Amino acid sequence: YAQGIGTVSGRVLDEKGEGMPGVTVIIEGTNLGGSTNSDGSFSIQNVPSGPHTLVMSFVGYTTQRQSISVTAGQNTAVSNLTLSENTTLLNEAVVIGYGTQRKQDVTGAVEQVSTKQFVQGQITNPEQLVQGKVAGLQITTNSGAPGAGSNIRIRGGASLNASNDPLVVIDGVPVDNRGLSGTSNPLSLINPNDIESVTVLKDASSTAIYGSRASNGVILVTTKKGLQGDKFSVNVSSQNSVSEARDYVDVLNGSEFRAVVNGIGNASQKALLGNSSTDWQREIYRTAQTTDNNVSLTGSIGAVPYRLSGGYLDQEGLLLKNDLKRYTSSLSLTPVLLNGNLKVDVNVKGSWVDNNFSGQGAIGSAANANPTLPVFNNSPFGGYTEVLATDGSGQLNTLGVRNPLGLINQRRDRSTVKRGLGNIQLDYKLPFLEGLRANLNLGADLQQGRGTVFVPDYAASDYFRQVQVNGVTYRGGLNNQYAQDKVNKLMEAYLAYDRQLGIGRFNLIAGHSYQSFRDKNYVFSDNLADGTILTAASSLLNNENYRDPRYVLVSFFGRANYNINDKYLLTATFRADGSSRFSEDNRWGYFPSASAAWRIKGEDFLKNSTAISELKLRLGYGQTGQQDIGDLYPYLARYTYSENTAQYQIGGNFSNTLRAAAYDENIKWETTETFNAGLDYGFLDGRLYGAVDVYQRKTTDLLNTVPLPALSNLSNVLTTNVGSLENKGVEASLNVDVARSEKFNWTLNANMTAYRIKITQLSNSSNPEYVGDLTGDAIAGGVGNRVQINTVGYTPFSYYVYQQVYGTDGKPLEGVYVDRNGDGTVDSKDLYRYKSRTPTASFGFGSNLSYGKASLAFTLRSNIGNYVYNNVRSQAFFPAGGSNGVISNLNRDFLTTGFTTAQYFSDYYVENASFLRMENLTLGYNFGNIYNDKANLRLSLAAQNLFVITKYKGLDPEVFSGLDNNIYPRPRTITLGLNIGF
Amino acid sequence: CIKDLDQTPSYELTTDNVYKDPARVKEVLARLYATLAVSGQTGPAGQPDISGIDEGFSNYIRQYWMAQEITTDEAILGWADGNLPDYNKLTWNANNEFVRAMYDRIFYQISLCNEFVRQTTDAKLGDYGYSSAEQTNVKQYRAEARFLRALSYYHALDMFGNVPFATETFTVGKDKPQRIERAALFNYIESELKAIEGDLAAPRTNEFGRADQAAAWTLLTKLYLNSNVYNGSNHNTDAITYANKVLNAGYTLTPNYANLFKADNSSVAASEIIFPVRFDGVHTKSYGGMTFIIHAAVGGSMSATDFGIDGGWGGTRTKKNLVNLFPNAATGTSPDKRAMFYTAGQTLEINDLPTFTDGYAITKFKNVSSTNAPGSNPTFPDTDFPMFRLADVQLMYAEAVVRGGTGGSTTTALGYINALRQRAYGNTSGNITAADLNLNLILDERGRELYWEGHRRTDLIRFGKYTTGYNWPFKGGVRVGADVPATRALFPIPTTDLTANPNLQQNAGY
Repeated sequence: YAQGIGTVSGRVLDEKGEGMPGVTVIIEGTNLGGSTNSDGSFSIQNVPSGPHTLVMSFVGYTTQRQSISVTAGQNTAVSNLTLSENTTLLNEAVVIGYGTQRKQDVTGAVEQVSTKQFVQGQITNPEQLVQGKVAGLQITTNSGAPGAGSNIRIRGGASLNASNDPLVVIDGVPVDNRGLSGTSNPLSLINPNDIESVTVLKDASSTAIYGSRASNGVILVTTKKGLQGDKFSVNVSSQNSVSEARDYVDVLNGSEFRAVVNGIGNASQKALLGNSSTDWQREIYRTAQTTDNNVSLTGSIGAVPYRLSGGYLDQEGLLLKNDLKRYTSSLSLTPVLLNGNLKVDVNVKGSWVDNNFSGQGAIGSAANANPTLPVFNNSPFGGYTEVLATDGSGQLNTLGVRNPLGLINQRRDRSTVKRGLGNIQLDYKLPFLEGLRANLNLGADLQQGRGTVFVPDYAASDYFRQVQVNGVTYRGGLNNQYAQDKVNKLMEAYLAYDRQLGIGRFNLIAGHSYQSFRDKNYVFSDNLADGTILTAASSLLNNENYRDPRYVLVSFFGRANYNINDKYLLTATFRADGSSRFSEDNRWGYFPSASAAWRIKGEDFLKNSTAISELKLRLGYGQTGQQDIGDLYPYLARYTYSENTAQYQIGGNFSNTLRAAAYDENIKWETTETFNAGLDYGFLDGRLYGAVDVYQRKTTDLLNTVPLPALSNLSNVLTTNVGSLENKGVEASLNVDVARSEKFNWTLNANMTAYRIKITQLSNSSNPEYVGDLTGDAIAGGVGNRVQINTVGYTPFSYYVYQQVYGTDGKPLEGVYVDRNGDGTVDSKDLYRYKSRTPTASFGFGSNLSYGKASLAFTLRSNIGNYVYNNVRSQAFFPAGGSNGVISNLNRDFLTTGFTTAQYFSDYYVENASFLRMENLTLGYNFGNIYNDKANLRLSLAAQNLFVITKYKGLDPEVFSGLDNNIYPRPRTITLGLNIGF
Repeated sequence: CIKDLDQTPSYELTTDNVYKDPARVKEVLARLYATLAVSGQTGPAGQPDISGIDEGFSNYIRQYWMAQEITTDEAILGWADGNLPDYNKLTWNANNEFVRAMYDRIFYQISLCNEFVRQTTDAKLGDYGYSSAEQTNVKQYRAEARFLRALSYYHALDMFGNVPFATETFTVGKDKPQRIERAALFNYIESELKAIEGDLAAPRTNEFGRADQAAAWTLLTKLYLNSNVYNGSNHNTDAITYANKVLNAGYTLTPNYANLFKADNSSVAASEIIFPVRFDGVHTKSYGGMTFIIHAAVGGSMSATDFGIDGGWGGTRTKKNLVNLFPNAATGTSPDKRAMFYTAGQTLEINDLPTFTDGYAITKFKNVSSTNAPGSNPTFPDTDFPMFRLADVQLMYAEAVVRGGTGGSTTTALGYINALRQRAYGNTSGNITAADLNLNLILDERGRELYWEGHRRTDLIRFGKYTTGYNWPFKGGVRVGADVPATRALFPIPTTDLTANPNLQQNAGY
């Protein structure tokens, strides 16, 4: 073609005919192009002469293509360039409950994170994409195991005993995250690579449309879709990682331990020492490798845009044999039919996950196993060194720590989990009334978990499982299976009506929703390794081999938006929810909300200001509900059938038993009231923007498990509506475009959250003697010791401990505590409430920098003021005089304390676990076009969990429960990523 | 689709469906017995009955055993579980989780019994359309439920004194029951046990494990014998009356004392056991009950295999007070075969509460059979807990006679005691004479015969030796033992229930 270059210029307008700044305009197939300036105009230099396609794109708007012809030496002025909002894929336009809204019209506390801002690196679970990215959203992964679950909290949660998990809605389908046998995290069945955006609804005015499931916030996940008019394109990505433990639990080595035992142990303890020096933790962990490969095809066949993707993840855990293999596929079809009157949105996602859980009991064992013993000693227990009884019989000592490597290699613990999640959404513009749409959404979520566990009969861990059949004794091992199916169905329909009326614009929706959840939990016999039945499968009263708990939610909802001149915005929502969890009299809950925003930017005096590019004041109030307690039938008088291990012998026969279950006929909704005030701001032509929100939330009629008056019901505690909780908080986000130019771009974002939760009422009476309800899990060591408490006037899960007394050398004095009530003795009346697991503030900090083809991004996260009970350290005492034939390795802290008895309740073990974590650091290089300009190549190198700065003495300060008891280490991961598009 | 909001579980029964079917009713009755043995509907742990404390730890028999034994001169338990050390020292307070666990188990059982009695009234039985044979059966079940309720109320009477009170007339919900004074509760238990007498099976005619008239009579005997403690009255004559009914019911001492505590005691010692709590290694699993009693007692250099278990838990030992009740027991040469101590590596004195080797171990309970065959499972014993047995009734009879009750004779009393001693010695060399027969001897003999069977605290209180004037290691928190306030003869009402139920009052001294 003709040689030579020319220029292209033009101005991009929005639907209202106003210039659009920041639109990316490029000459397709080249690197030529840039962003439009503040009035929407652009000019591209050095364009080779000849025919080209101009591509204009802007987040939240449909990408436009325009054919142009460039003549050498001339400027080609292109006119009529208009971008229209993309109503199915809106980034700048925000996804909200049952619809989308322009960000500027939002009146609630809503934050959206999309692909560009996602955390990078090896991301296995969708929630990790936004870890540290959203003010008020805290995500704590439970462990470093592949596919481990997370605790997700928006504004710290609104409940005490009911679920504090937010509602997760994937492409319009509220999903059930109550857990599935065979996986520790049902969300891990969604491939994060398919996700386009994650929107977090935080306040009641934005969540109340989800009524009874909205108290703890809502997370809306939108997956990637094809675009109208897209050319066929293929994207291939491959990420390959290596992970290793960032640190190990600091325990004594062989010679140190020998010195301790020889120093203060008695003869029987010394006799348990060996000559080896085994670092058990290094025996069980490895450098793990992961490969994550994804292909997606995007395009448009006629009027049917599509996206088809496939993913394969093979992730090794740090723990030997632990891995996860995931195969995922997703298909999205988004045609617009009938002259644009019918929009169809079809999403189908399928996944297949094979888990190998390995023997996770080895993690705790490795920290406690005697380091002076060798791994192997040719024992009858598969050759592994095991702790034997002291009577010389050669029998196992059941109190002994089992060989960590034996626990791994003598256990096959696998599962296969499948999930199919799909919906079809039809949105039809009704012909008889302008502005009226009908929307129908049908969805299904099918999940299936299957697993088997096998332990050979010679393994020490299950050696004594034993049964007699016809006088013959069978013994040892485990050969069990489990299975669960879930079928959740959704049917939703609503009518939406948009109308301009004078200076205002109405947007109304009214709808109905039906969602059913059905489980099938299959029962199996408990078997020995050789298949001998130890306990027969439960006999169920439905004569089936499964229990099938079900629940149903039926809802009616409506919303009205009124927008006056883009200045005054009013929103009101209402939802009525019926839950099968409650009796007919209490079944329905009504959840209203109202909010208003004054978009000051829309006022004449600011309209043309570039210094103040956005200013909006928001106020909202709403009521939301909660019904998610473990029991699906809490109001029914039921009788629970016993398992075959809890029978009772009458005469010569073993009888199953029927137990009357506790119930509360009058149980009803928990209600949360939220006030929210927020300010959205943008300065300096949008270079500085963000939001500040303050809120107050009060939950009443808490679904709370409380002690009941003895004899009043059929257990000593009952989940009923008692108590109240208050949560006040502030959160802020700040984004800065430090540099915005063709070559150099740098954005920073920061967010912070601080809130205080206080229990304001806990029971129906106010006895000043009442210390509160012990709560939380039992700590390791002893049986059933708990160190957390819920008390009126305090943060939930405050630690309840003795105040340690220290010697002049600064070391804690064993068993010496402050007599806080001064009654002359130290007893349980001297326990006090000291700190809690809840941080006083959380921060996220991110940076995205690109210079030419290179980019650098990082995410930092920090919690301040969160305390953790270091249960690993509190077990570090040497039981002088011990005679049970067991010695366990000690945390190095023992060298400081020298404790010889357990001091579990000392505040010495409640540690400040404030931290700063380098979540992710990614270096990228975009090679641009390769292979004759037909493909685009990007390489990245990411490091995750690079460092953690903390004073916390344990392995990892981030412990959601507040009880650190040998967590599966979160690895440090280095990932090399390759992305090719063509 | 709004109809879909009416959901019921397919795999569970609602109240009406249960009581229509007499076979199901018997399964509910079985559950009432099971409350003493298991901790929930999944053995050994799972679907717990009560919450707020570790499931296995809070098991009824385990808590009953701890309350009756480790607070006395017979046993010590050195684990560092919560406020357990206070239990050993008699320094517990109203926040003690073990006190609460006992209390909660007792009233949990009473609630279940109330529900059973509530659903099996004559009027309801008529509605269910039972045959007359079925009606008779269910009537008997109902009497047994009332026995179990009386038994638990008796435990409440003995340990907590003034407690909440409700019967089947109370509705299930959140209402607060009224408080009952100890004396009034005594009267209620007495009248209940008498009222059900006619509906219960004759002695030794019911299925083994189920209560019969002899069980009710034994409980009445206990109630009467302790009446001075409960309401200041004297019922020794009544004690003799009801003891006599048991003694004439055909029970016999099993020839071998040790067999009473072995895995097959439900067969080889059935002739002596009046009311057992039944355990089984496969079908009735729990971390409380006999699992606890047997495992916790094994430690040090003891061989777990000898006890038919997979390993000891190194917990419970005894104090020198018990050892010294037996002649020459400290040297391991007692002629009394009931002196079942393990001394190798153990010291008689207890210097350190947690150290298992401080204090002699007890080898009484075992998960091996009378022929030394191991139980069906080495973790969960088959051994039943003999809650009531003939020897106890014989000793109660003798005591009531010595305390001046009428209707019995010193000669008979002496005969009963010597029968026990002959079994213990294997001959008559240990026999006592009428001159030896006094209250001190009876308390000591109860120690020798019934130690670690859950009677000791009640006995010491009845004899006025629990709080003052008689001490044992670590009593009062002092190594050599010290007096404690007299109010320690009752446990406190747990703070949890005082808070939940303002009708209650704390016992004196707490």
